[in-house]
Amino acid sequence: MKKVYLYKGFERFWHWTQAFLIFFLMLTGFEIHGSYNLIGYENAVRWHDDAGWALLILMIFASFWHVTTGEWKQYIPTAKNVRAQMEYYLTGIFRNAPHPTGKRILSKLNPIQRLVYFALTIIVIPVMVISGFTYLYFNYPIQGFALDSLEPVAFIHTIGAYILITFVIIHLYLITTGHTITSNLVAMITGWEKMDEEEAQVAVEDVIESTKRHYVKQINGDKKKKAKKNKNTDSELK
Amino acid sequence: MRKLSVIAFVLFLPLLLLALIQLNDTLNDPGVTVYNYVKKADRNMTPSVDHTQFEILQQPFEDAHKVTAACLSCHTNRHEEIMATSHWRWQRDEVLEGRGIIPLGKKNILNNFCIGIAGSEATCTRCHIGYGWVDQSFDFKEPTNVDCLICHDKTGTYQKEKGNGGYPKASVDLNYVSTHVGSPGRDNCGVCHFWGGGGNNVKHGDLEISLLDCTLEVDVHMATEGENMSCVDCHVTEKHQMAGKLYALSSENKSRATCEQCHTNKPHNDKIIDDHNLRVACQTCHIPVYAKVNDTKMYWDWSSAGELDEHGEAFHEPDVDGNHKYMSIKGTFVWANHVIPEYYWFNGIADHQLISDQIDTIPVQMNRLMGSYRDKGLFQESEQPSKIWPVKVHRGKQIYDMVNNTLVQPKLWAKEKGKNAFWLDFDWDASVKEGMAYLELPYSGEYGFVETEMYWPLNHMVSPASQSLKCIDCHTRNNSRLANLNDFYLPGRDTNWQVEASGITLIILSLIGVIIHAIFRVIFRRRYFLSKKFKEGNES
Repeated sequence: MKKVYLYKGFERFWHWTQAFLIFFLMLTGFEIHGSYNLIGYENAVRWHDDAGWALLILMIFASFWHVTTGEWKQYIPTAKNVRAQMEYYLTGIFRNAPHPTGKRILSKLNPIQRLVYFALTIIVIPVMVISGFTYLYFNYPIQGFALDSLEPVAFIHTIGAYILITFVIIHLYLITTGHTITSNLVAMITGWEKMDEEEAQVAVEDVIESTKRHYVKQINGDKKKKAKKNKNTDSELK
Repeated sequence: MRKLSVIAFVLFLPLLLLALIQLNDTLNDPGVTVYNYVKKADRNMTPSVDHTQFEILQQPFEDAHKVTAACLSCHTNRHEEIMATSHWRWQRDEVLEGRGIIPLGKKNILNNFCIGIAGSEATCTRCHIGYGWVDQSFDFKEPTNVDCLICHDKTGTYQKEKGNGGYPKASVDLNYVSTHVGSPGRDNCGVCHFWGGGGNNVKHGDLEISLLDCTLEVDVHMATEGENMSCVDCHVTEKHQMAGKLYALSSENKSRATCEQCHTNKPHNDKIIDDHNLRVACQTCHIPVYAKVNDTKMYWDWSSAGELDEHGEAFHEPDVDGNHKYMSIKGTFVWANHVIPEYYWFNGIADHQLISDQIDTIPVQMNRLMGSYRDKGLFQESEQPSKIWPVKVHRGKQIYDMVNNTLVQPKLWAKEKGKNAFWLDFDWDASVKEGMAYLELPYSGEYGFVETEMYWPLNHMVSPASQSLKCIDCHTRNNSRLANLNDFYLPGRDTNWQVEASGITLIILSLIGVIIHAIFRVIFRRRYFLSKKFKEGNES
């Protein structure tokens, strides 16, 4: 067995902070929604607003990180192996079959994860952020943009919250489908994931290749040679 | 790890900052900051003149008119200011939405208490700042008809006589009173504004004699132990024109006395709460209950009036609290204290059911308060957005013309029997005939009783901040104070069943899926390992 460093420091910090904030937003959000009384309505509102801002700031940092590191590419959805992954969850997993897509450092997500996280990032999260801040600043009608009612904003925000809860439930469950029940969880905490020799080999292969490509480039020799030659002749003429 | 903590710190710097700011705010709470108001402690409260030394007041006044003449001999032409006020005219030119300018006021507006003054002026004008208004012939232009003392008496001995057009009782020592005058106090205003409708706290619910000497719990402004403010501290007065009015009689959104004039519209040092002021009146949260000391009248049913005892005499019955439950002259009452207000959208404009108006709603809305959630002001219909206001709603049943479908004015009061006054002769038909003839208005001769509602926006009996409404009083699914104000989405109170149903279904489905999947995994894993062991066993 080997350990592979899969999740970098910031990535884990981002993940857990976001997890905490989303959980906290759920807790306070549904109190504001009137579902229960827990920390008091006034506290719920204040903390929900503050947590919303904190999440927005975190997201800005996370987006920056994803763009500068190129990690964003991991979320590009792919149709390849979606079926295989589906079949794995529906049948293979019960036969202890191997994961159809191995985890690689440059491709940590399976095709279904890619699809779901992409949808979250592109649809659900922006809708929640926009509806959330519209909710927060609803009191200030801007000419030409005076909403008639808070109702649609609140409905959208609530639907988004229910979708996020559903995601969290399934996400928490799927954590247990790793190598062992806790291996995924441990990986997200420590950054290191346990793997077979073979899996570990696969996981690092492409990162080595890409590093090579990134730092070493083949030089097109002929053109340069020609230029050199010309230079030489020029100097000769002088 | 160090890198991590640095990032964490940077990320949470704004949050930390926010928390610190809030902590700072609570630590440095400066209390209530007020503007445009000088605290009594910082004022020179000694009168600038001593009226006892004025020669003109050193006379045994034959009648009250002479007192006024004496006042006006120094305070020249002040009567002109008085005569421009609605305290004098009992009406003012008001624009009623879609109806143009109509002179309106106590003179001609009907209410669902004692209905109206027409025909009964001599008793009603006990609360008029004048002398001699007993019928339509009263001279509103005569300077000495003005009663200076009712507002400026500082002795507490000046009283007007019942049923005598506003003249003082014969027992009043006019010389003594006229030499002890000053700026009006709560007792001066209260003698009429507390007692309107024929008894203490009958009408307003938030204005009554307990305010003459009350605790901070009853009213933070007027509390004896507090700033002990007079009415005119808020109802700022210039040239005898007082700021503020009540929508029982007024219609337009102008010359109002507001909380904002001293407290500004952002008094809380807290953005979320200040933002509420855009659509919620200060009064809504800060007057959680009214009639905090003495009962106020909630219901008045005129239709049962007129029962007489075995001697043919009018009688009255008290309820368990000692209030009138029934009076032959007025009918049946319901009283209450510590009443939770009803809440309405209100943009400062009111309509009135005039005596000439057809009845088109039941209950008849005597003074409909305008406004709705959609009336947002700013860029929309009105200049000011409608705000949620606490309102005392006084309900009742009163006489109307069943054929002409209008409210009517019965003559209620007369000096003696036989003048068709209901309070003496108990003949509805005759009293309405008399009252309507007096107003030169038609009456079909067929009367009935119709349900009415009258709206009294609350402004007084402001509670200490610690007792004001909390978020949860409105933002809750059960027993929200705003349960009946349904034309908008209120967070915490409102849900959409489709949203809730689909959301909860989604959660339940995902839970079921996860649980079934987990069970399958446990079962199949075990079977798999067993078979593997079995195979391994076979091989060896």
